[in-house]
Amino acid sequence: MLTAFAIVTDGLVYAAYLFLVAVGLTLIFGVMKILNVTHGSFYAFGAYGAATAAGIWFDRGLPDAGGFLFMVLMAMAIGLVLGMVLERGILRLVYGRDEVVVVLVTYAAFLILEDVITFIWGPRSYAAYQPMVAAGSIDVGELTLSNYDIGLVVLAAAVAIIGRWALKYTRYGRLLTVVIFDRETAAAYGINVKLVYTVTFLIGAMLGALGGALMAPKISVTLGIGVEVIVLAFAVVAIGGMGSVEGALIGALIVGLARAAAVHIAPQLELFVIYAVMALVLGFRPYGLFSQIQPRKI
Amino acid sequence: MRRGSYLIGALAFIVAAAIAPWLPPWLVSLATIAFANALVVLGLIILWRTGLVPFGQALFYAVGAYTVALLGRYTPIRDVFVVVIVGAVFAGIIAWLVGFLLARYREIFFAMLSLAMSMILYGILVKTETLGSTDGFHVEAGTFLGFRPDGQERNLAIYWLVLGFSAVLAFLVSLYFSSVAGALGNPIRDNEIRVEFLGISVDRLIHLKLVISGVLAGVGGALAALAVQHVDPAMAYWTTSGGFVFVTILAGAGSVAAAFVGSLVFELVRSLAVDFVPGEWQMILGTVLLLTILFLPDGLGSLVSRLRGNKAAS
Repeated sequence: MLTAFAIVTDGLVYAAYLFLVAVGLTLIFGVMKILNVTHGSFYAFGAYGAATAAGIWFDRGLPDAGGFLFMVLMAMAIGLVLGMVLERGILRLVYGRDEVVVVLVTYAAFLILEDVITFIWGPRSYAAYQPMVAAGSIDVGELTLSNYDIGLVVLAAAVAIIGRWALKYTRYGRLLTVVIFDRETAAAYGINVKLVYTVTFLIGAMLGALGGALMAPKISVTLGIGVEVIVLAFAVVAIGGMGSVEGALIGALIVGLARAAAVHIAPQLELFVIYAVMALVLGFRPYGLFSQIQPRKI
Repeated sequence: MRRGSYLIGALAFIVAAAIAPWLPPWLVSLATIAFANALVVLGLIILWRTGLVPFGQALFYAVGAYTVALLGRYTPIRDVFVVVIVGAVFAGIIAWLVGFLLARYREIFFAMLSLAMSMILYGILVKTETLGSTDGFHVEAGTFLGFRPDGQERNLAIYWLVLGFSAVLAFLVSLYFSSVAGALGNPIRDNEIRVEFLGISVDRLIHLKLVISGVLAGVGGALAALAVQHVDPAMAYWTTSGGFVFVTILAGAGSVAAAFVGSLVFELVRSLAVDFVPGEWQMILGTVLLLTILFLPDGLGSLVSRLRGNKAAS
């Protein structure tokens, strides 16, 4: 019983993390049909930026609450700048090329950015534990839950709800839906598709950086964190159906719970179980749970 | 024309084999790894011509390598020819199994799913103590038809072994490219529904191509394991696959020779970069990849054919 409860809580926390990391990836894919490998870089830059911000803030002994806000804002600002540079500087040149070619372009950018991280922050690892400590913890029965984790779950839920609402009811969201459905028709109706692309990419970049900033207090911010994230986020998005926000949510929940179950019952299967779940889901639904039907082009 | 290029290819292999004893040892080791990896790239070219980019070819590479390592550890089989072939067979079987899932996908889904498959193996290798966990383990030296060379002699023997496998497989792959199944790559890439209407099962053809590329990667991994005498989970990691994709793009899928030349250039540049500008390696890699995609979409190999085309025109 205790194990079951622990699995559910751990699973929810991990799912919240996965969703926050994957939502930007699925958004960019949905709108632009780009599988953005640099999403891992956004995440890493966000985490590093947040860790730096935490260092600046807490070393001066400033109040805790503002420190967390400062970390998040710093990360989002970095995501914005980085997204702008990538979209305007590189991706713009390959719009309309093969989807696979665009993946390779983002892979190349990812490789470059990995060394930029080493260049800026050096090989040492950073810690940004302060918000986690400041948030404290509560006891539920025999388990101790970190308030920070609970906050993460709430935030993930908020992002899911706001994301869905924004897509359905705001002007920009509706424009987005049109562009997703048919780019050319949208352009013919006078929608500035290029602008929509740019804005979407920037939002995706900021979401990726936000994911990194939120995770920074929970992990050791070190080289190579971006690599793991991109593979994991892809698994989540593939299970849910690429380009679907609901799909990312369901995918995150499935992967989160499966991993938590593995950790508590059979720890050696931890990494394996995520991809096994993915293979299982895709065996029955080749394009994920919430995929749209694609017409065949002759 | 075709016979001419076979002749040139055979000549190139003979020269490469003959000059080895006079080459500096580091160059021999480097060429050994480069040609072993070129076999993996050859498999990538087969898929690339069909419009598929596997981002997880390291899966089969690692299966080949670990098979060799495990044979050395748990069985008395030591002969290098036997272990490499067993490694290739195992890689082929794994490719056949994952092929049932992978062959249904195209484009980025194929790329990322193959990546996920290789990450499953990576996860297993990292977490399994008996397979050496993150450190990996030592690979037995092996015997060459009963001989057991040492030191530099062994390096040369491995080099010739790699060249031998390369020559045979390069010949077989170029035969495959001129066969009907091989020639159907480009039509599938352009429009697979039309190929279906010709009465050909595209999924089965892609499944076959996957198995072939898996076997090639298995041979490459097995040879690399023998050459380095060590295996570790990084062989299954997605950055290893990324390296193979990188060489494929750089070399272009135009010819079989491109795989070998491209792989050799890649290893040379890598060892130079690690010597002179350590820590900038990924940045160089990324920049070159980006520039190649932007300005030379068909790879370095296309420079040769472009020059040839100009000559013919003038």
